[in-house]
Amino acid sequence: MTDFTQPPTANMATTTVAPRRNWSQLALRWLLFALLGAFALFYLMPLFVMVTTSLKSLDEIRTGSLIALPRDVTFDAWKTAWSSTCTGVQCEGLRPYFWNSVLMTVPAVMIATMLGAMNGYVIAQWRFKGANLIFSLMLFGCFIPFQVVLLPMARMLGLMGLAGSIPGLIVVHVIYGIGFTTLFFRNYYVTIPAELTKAAKVDGAGFFRIFWSIFLPLSLPIVVVTVIWQFTNIWNDFLFGVSFSQSGTQPVTVALNNIVNSTTGVKEYNVDMAAAIIAALPTLFVYVVAGKYFIRGLTAGSVKG
Amino acid sequence: MAPILDIKNLYKNYGSLEILKDINVAIEPGDFLVLVGPSGCGKSTLLNCIAGLEPITGGTLSIGGQDMTHVSPKDRDIAMVFQSYALYPTMSVAKNITFGMKVRGVDAATQAAKLQEVASQLQIEPLLNRRPGQLSGGQRQRVAMGRALVRDPKLFLFDEPLSNLDAKLRVEMRSEIKKLHQNLGATMVYVTHDQIEAMTLATKIVVLKGGVVQQIGTPAEIYNNPANLFVADFMGSPAMNLIPAKAKRNGSGLQLEITRGDGAPIVLKDSHTGDLPEDVILGLRPEDIAEAGFRAGQDVQEAQCLIDMVEPAGADTYVVAELGGKQVTARLHAETKAQPGAMLDLAFDLGKVSYFAPGTGERLN
Repeated sequence: MTDFTQPPTANMATTTVAPRRNWSQLALRWLLFALLGAFALFYLMPLFVMVTTSLKSLDEIRTGSLIALPRDVTFDAWKTAWSSTCTGVQCEGLRPYFWNSVLMTVPAVMIATMLGAMNGYVIAQWRFKGANLIFSLMLFGCFIPFQVVLLPMARMLGLMGLAGSIPGLIVVHVIYGIGFTTLFFRNYYVTIPAELTKAAKVDGAGFFRIFWSIFLPLSLPIVVVTVIWQFTNIWNDFLFGVSFSQSGTQPVTVALNNIVNSTTGVKEYNVDMAAAIIAALPTLFVYVVAGKYFIRGLTAGSVKG
Repeated sequence: MAPILDIKNLYKNYGSLEILKDINVAIEPGDFLVLVGPSGCGKSTLLNCIAGLEPITGGTLSIGGQDMTHVSPKDRDIAMVFQSYALYPTMSVAKNITFGMKVRGVDAATQAAKLQEVASQLQIEPLLNRRPGQLSGGQRQRVAMGRALVRDPKLFLFDEPLSNLDAKLRVEMRSEIKKLHQNLGATMVYVTHDQIEAMTLATKIVVLKGGVVQQIGTPAEIYNNPANLFVADFMGSPAMNLIPAKAKRNGSGLQLEITRGDGAPIVLKDSHTGDLPEDVILGLRPEDIAEAGFRAGQDVQEAQCLIDMVEPAGADTYVVAELGGKQVTARLHAETKAQPGAMLDLAFDLGKVSYFAPGTGERLN
């Protein structure tokens, strides 16, 4: 029997230690490090500029160089961005919109993950006529561009009485997420031998009991993958956010856009940068906390699938 | 006594593909039924049909006198041991064993008592808090057995439970299952492709091929009187010798002529069998061909044969000679002086002979 509790750990490239170091090998290794380091720096540069700029005062930004470290570190820009900068006519900072995003993202992620787990379980373990067709249709749903569904979705939300509300945004994101979450869970659950379901059936367990007691406890790696994927997509979404919200229900991405675009007079780069970092922090946080499972979950699904 | 498992005219199709054709099997309480056959013969499918994990296309199936044809697995009062053991990976051994009782709402005290009883019976008490991933193959096997035993069902189903174990452990577990069957007096249905497992465990064997029952009988019946060439060849190791021969009437009995590559044909006499078609296939187990002088009886006849190969196997020595164009194996005593390339007098015991029709493969006597 395969042990599902321990997903296969990534195969580390083990190099055998030769008695005498081969010089060309060593040189190659350092070249590799240098190359990787250069790329890492390249990608970290914008973040560096953002962080340093957000810690500078406006005067310093105007007089100093873009990549210089701040002379006087100040968190004023962060305070302004969080609670008092203007997004159009209101000047309450990012705070209300940040909570809008939380209220939208958390339920949407949870519902889409739950439904995806259920769908994946059914498609992978309770084969029925047309299961493959339904799965293909769901996969197809993953590839429909956002723009295509904007108008029909707006009409539907209107009919449901959810237009311009946070629940409306949750519905949109859940519907869009189900395709992906189903794909993830289905691919994970096909690797689990059908005999497990059979054994549980003989033991007297029913559809939901088998799901709760046997499949969900096995699913941590793939739940983490799904949550990271969904959280990042929904939190960072702009198009649905700007299309299906109204003043007061806008998510943080829309508010950030408004801050950057609606300043009059002097452009407050430090506030913009701080606001952008605040808007990006939650996804960063989720990835740092669960990233280790992310890699594991992805490989666990693909190796055996 | 009413049969505890009664299968009548069972058919199973996948789409247009017929997997099982007109299966009729009935067993009494306490029987150990073994379904045996080569891979792809439908034996596991039949077991899944008995368990209710696969719906059947036609026919009826009853367990304990009740019609179970359309009843779901959980209501059939059965327990099953799977080839991969199918232990629940996130649960401890104890939880694995008690899961079925928990699902059925058995109270905690009874669960604990039952668990204790089964754990001591299978000697897995020290493992109860471990996860399946921390167990060896043999231990997992025991836990899977425990999960079935704790239920005390009408019928135990085993789907090739020993095939994932190494050879030594397999023999150990085999005798343990046999002991278990004797002690519990339980009714068991067991699927295997291993004919030795079938012979050692069964009180009744069903030989399947291509979804069709070839023969149903006790191990002795199957071994001594195989119903056709397939059963004769499949059951027994080394396999039964199947030698083409010409049969001629000779007084009240038969005279059989077996051609040889070199020299005159061997002529054997069978005084028990009456009419046979001219072309027959003569079936003799290796142990029914001995070295001359080591087998006595009125049906024993001797003939000199050229030995092609000698294979000592410890307790016995097998020798191979070519008769009727076939490699014929004889099981001799360990101290035989047989030499490859030399002539040896072999004694054929025609009291145990089987005859088959070359065309249809059916048994003739």
